[in-house]
Amino acid sequence: MSKKTVVEATINGETMEFLCEPRDCLLEVLRDELELTGSKEGCLTGDCGACTVIVDGRPTCSCLMLGVEAQGKKIDTIEGMASPAGLHVLQQKFLEHAALQCGICTPGFLMSSKALLERNPSPTEAEIRYALAGNLCRCTGYDKIVRAVMDAVKTLAGARAA
Amino acid sequence: MHAINYEAPTTVDQAVKLLARHGEKARTLCGGTDLIIQLRAGVRRPEHVVDLKNIADLRRISFSMQHGLKLGAAVPAIEVHENADMRRYYPGLTEAAHLIGSLQIQSRASVGGNLCNGSPAADTIPALIAVGAKCRVVGPKGERIVAAEDFCTGPGRTVLQPDEILVEFQIPAPARHASDAYLRFIPRNEMDIAVVGVGAALTLDLADDRCIDARIALGAVGPTPIFAKEAGAALIGKKLDAAAIERAAQAAIAASSPIDDMRGTAEFRRHIVGVLTRRVVTIAAERARTAQSR
Repeated sequence: MSKKTVVEATINGETMEFLCEPRDCLLEVLRDELELTGSKEGCLTGDCGACTVIVDGRPTCSCLMLGVEAQGKKIDTIEGMASPAGLHVLQQKFLEHAALQCGICTPGFLMSSKALLERNPSPTEAEIRYALAGNLCRCTGYDKIVRAVMDAVKTLAGARAA
Repeated sequence: MHAINYEAPTTVDQAVKLLARHGEKARTLCGGTDLIIQLRAGVRRPEHVVDLKNIADLRRISFSMQHGLKLGAAVPAIEVHENADMRRYYPGLTEAAHLIGSLQIQSRASVGGNLCNGSPAADTIPALIAVGAKCRVVGPKGERIVAAEDFCTGPGRTVLQPDEILVEFQIPAPARHASDAYLRFIPRNEMDIAVVGVGAALTLDLADDRCIDARIALGAVGPTPIFAKEAGAALIGKKLDAAAIERAAQAAIAASSPIDDMRGTAEFRRHIVGVLTRRVVTIAAERARTAQSR
């Protein structure tokens, strides 16, 4: 049995230390060790995107990264998305467009969308669909999700122009 | 997943020493998008996982017309795509890296990992073979250079010894009117494994309107990616008209040895090898013709 390792990472802006075994994936660490259960387990093979978090600015399947690899990294999860002032505009638009039904894929879609908008504030519909190709949703048929992200893009552009 | 030890060396020398000590009990991690799945499924059961992503030499992209490209084995696919030199001088290899999985996967997966995982369907391998990539491999006895087409020996198997690591790819700078292209067939738009993949790199002599060099490679139609030398030879010295391109396509089909599986029948795959070869040659030729003066 391998020893538990101490890992230090910045999670949702806060420096955190946690213990994990080398075999624990980041998703297990987030959910079981840090009690951040917003990231969901779907396929555990990197196909469904339900476990998507943002690692150093990149959308990443937390099921395909070891917890020990998080050492020194900046990790953003769905728990850090809303602020005390209210929901993130993407969250608001997902609600307005009914871009979720059962909701299990939603944290992953929101994190992928957030990672996209941080790099490209004015993506085309095709770019949005490409960026969300690694997230599966079995309820909505995707269209409402894409509309929600497009609307968030418009709102953010309006806020920038104002 | 079974218990593992995790080590993250920061130099090639440290990594090689660790691998020499652990021998076959170790497996290297470059992006983890294949390895972690294999560990979880019990397909591979190493005691030690040696993470190579913290080694600066493996994370570097450098390009000059004089020295060509050095692409670190652990550079994530997304950084390959974001690099302006990669997109300009190696558009085919770049598009192959940008086809792997989703953006989540590309944030982690590397070209080096794609090669070392040894899948016959890996998207970047035909593209690497087409551009004439050489792999710089370092082990306890020093370094050696392996051509990309000689790297894979069977499904999931490569020439890499347990104590060796792939450090970087060395690729010559393209000639003035040279370029590359990669296409794969999948039944969806994104997020799938190649049914067939074809890469091509061409050099043209515009004054004489002839192709002066051509390399074509195939994926997912044999136990390893295939360097279809005869397909390239069918174009060298020729004007790139429909007849020459058709001869290359037929030579590519002849070089393939596909099987029937869940992703397609052998017959269908042979047909697609022809279709994609015609298309990649046409795209690479167009890119080579319009390549900006270098």
